[in-house]
Amino acid sequence: MDLATLLQVLDSTVRLATPLLLACLAGLFSERSGVVDIGLEGKMLAAAFASAAVAALTGSVWLGLLAGVVASVLMSLIHGLASITFRGNQLISGVAINFLASGLTVLIAQDLFGQGGRTPSLIGAGRFDPITLPFAEALSGVPVLGPIYAELISGHSILVYVAFAMVPLSWWILFRTRFGLRLRAVGESPEAVDTAGVSVTGMRYAAVLICGVLCGLAGAYLATGLQAGFVREMTAGRGYIALAALIFAKWRPVYALWACLLFGLLQAVALRYQNIHLGGITIPVQVMDALPYILTVIILAGFVGKAIPPRAGGEPYVKER
Amino acid sequence: MDKMPAWADTVLVPLISILLAAILSALVILAIGESPLDALSLMIEGALMRSSGWGYTLYYTTNFIFTGLCVAIAFHARMFNIGGEGQAMLGGLGVALVCLYIPFPHWSLALLVAALAAGAFGALWALIPAYLQAKRGSHIVITTIMFNFIAAAVLNYVLVNLLRPVGAMDPATANFPEATHLPTFQDMFATADNPLFRGSPANVTFFLAVLACVAFWLLMWRTRLGYEIRAFGHSETAAKYAGISPVRITVVAMLISGGLAGLMALNTTMGEAERLVMNATEGAGFIGIAVALMGRSHPIGIFLAALLFGFLYQGGAELALWTSIPRELITVIQALVILFTGALDNMVRMPLEKLFAARRKDA
Repeated sequence: MDLATLLQVLDSTVRLATPLLLACLAGLFSERSGVVDIGLEGKMLAAAFASAAVAALTGSVWLGLLAGVVASVLMSLIHGLASITFRGNQLISGVAINFLASGLTVLIAQDLFGQGGRTPSLIGAGRFDPITLPFAEALSGVPVLGPIYAELISGHSILVYVAFAMVPLSWWILFRTRFGLRLRAVGESPEAVDTAGVSVTGMRYAAVLICGVLCGLAGAYLATGLQAGFVREMTAGRGYIALAALIFAKWRPVYALWACLLFGLLQAVALRYQNIHLGGITIPVQVMDALPYILTVIILAGFVGKAIPPRAGGEPYVKER
Repeated sequence: MDKMPAWADTVLVPLISILLAAILSALVILAIGESPLDALSLMIEGALMRSSGWGYTLYYTTNFIFTGLCVAIAFHARMFNIGGEGQAMLGGLGVALVCLYIPFPHWSLALLVAALAAGAFGALWALIPAYLQAKRGSHIVITTIMFNFIAAAVLNYVLVNLLRPVGAMDPATANFPEATHLPTFQDMFATADNPLFRGSPANVTFFLAVLACVAFWLLMWRTRLGYEIRAFGHSETAAKYAGISPVRITVVAMLISGGLAGLMALNTTMGEAERLVMNATEGAGFIGIAVALMGRSHPIGIFLAALLFGFLYQGGAELALWTSIPRELITVIQALVILFTGALDNMVRMPLEKLFAARRKDA
């Protein structure tokens, strides 16, 4: 494999890891506050549709992005209402949100555009253009480092850079601010936070809203950056891979980056090579498809390092009287 | 002291939840410019007014009874099995292997052996998540989700690389031999001058599903194992104190749950397609969640809920055929049912409890 091929695979890894990373960080905020979220998939799907639909209707990708975030946040609010306010089962609420998004997106798409549940292809200002970083052209002649800078680091859409910037930002918010401390505390021991006079409900709603915004970015990137328009079920299980990455990362932002890059690499390799021939053995493409899930089960089983979720995760908080 | 009379808990709360889901669904239909009443009458016309419509409705109902029972038994042990989909896929694989490679003299024998194979394959697919939950503390919801995806990859590999007949394009097995074909309702009930259930896929598996409901009731409320599962679901610590092994109950409940999901494949794979195709489950594993929630994990409730969803599925297909409403409307309705009867249960329950408390004070 030469450098050019390697760079192409890595370049596609970065693109494919971006929606995973945004969704994974979204789940991180929610689950760190004690609200388990298996509705990442649905929120991404809703955002992908809303962003593509609005971008197609207005011709502005920025309005599309806004619509995507709003759609995802609305889904988050349903999740918050069910799991925080009415202390319902967070898992069941997540499942409901996934189905709601899966059905509503196609229903509305068919009603608006009549193209069998898809939006028209986005062109021009309806998509996020790749950004060429300064000096990419000039430096591409430099051996090895030049192509890496020009091909791998430069030339992605803005949301890719936002996603990668979110990793240190999330770490800083969660581990270096008072807000982050409270958010993590609410996921470990809500009664302690309550005793300290901080609203558990408020903190959890804040976390769920952040989760909605990040899922909105992830979905908008799928429909307006990675691809040009919405097709039905376009998230294709990415929300669940993000969930797997979150467990793989043991609920930590920087580990999340590595987990998402790994799962992105698996997707990129599966996309480029159907079956991989290693020596005399052929690895079928289905193994690559299943690998993120198999790895997650192994991690969950605690055979390779233990993944310990936030202690109060999934538990509705009932204030003592 | 109970906050509400029993009838309110088992009948009133689900009814109000379904009413809320129905109102929202009607609003959705209104929003896309169709009339909810016309849609409803079209659905009733297509699903219930003709015997072939009933044939489809009962075919879907059969699937949903099995997956509903699958989710329900896990609920009784306070577990959430989202893996019905994957377990049913593997059940289909079991059915296909038995039907393709064992020469059966008669369909009744084939059905019996295929049922064992489907149940065993489904149960085995639930075994690993169950073991990991019981012994290693990995959350069953996450592992069963992961196992759904792994099952899809396994089935894809087996169909594309191993079981696909030479020269065939689509990932599916060869057709099952004639002797394994199950009698449909048309075979059983239609006569020369009264052609009932013409062309519809409902088959003898429906009676197996009804039997499964009865067996489920007997197991849960008339046997020691059922008692232990329910006791474990109510309070793990109390069950432990009574000498019930959490590991055993977790594993056994999940094995039964996976087996029930596997049995669903009899209906789709052996009864309808008569070969194993890639997407044989069609999301029925997930609809089981809505069915179990709506049926309050009781076999009678599950039967009725499965019937309702069977009606919605067949009616939804009619809508997609005759109007501009796509089939995805059913997915929305399903989501609303899960949301209101599952996650937002307290939204309905809390005001009702207040109401009953106020009435009791007056009396």
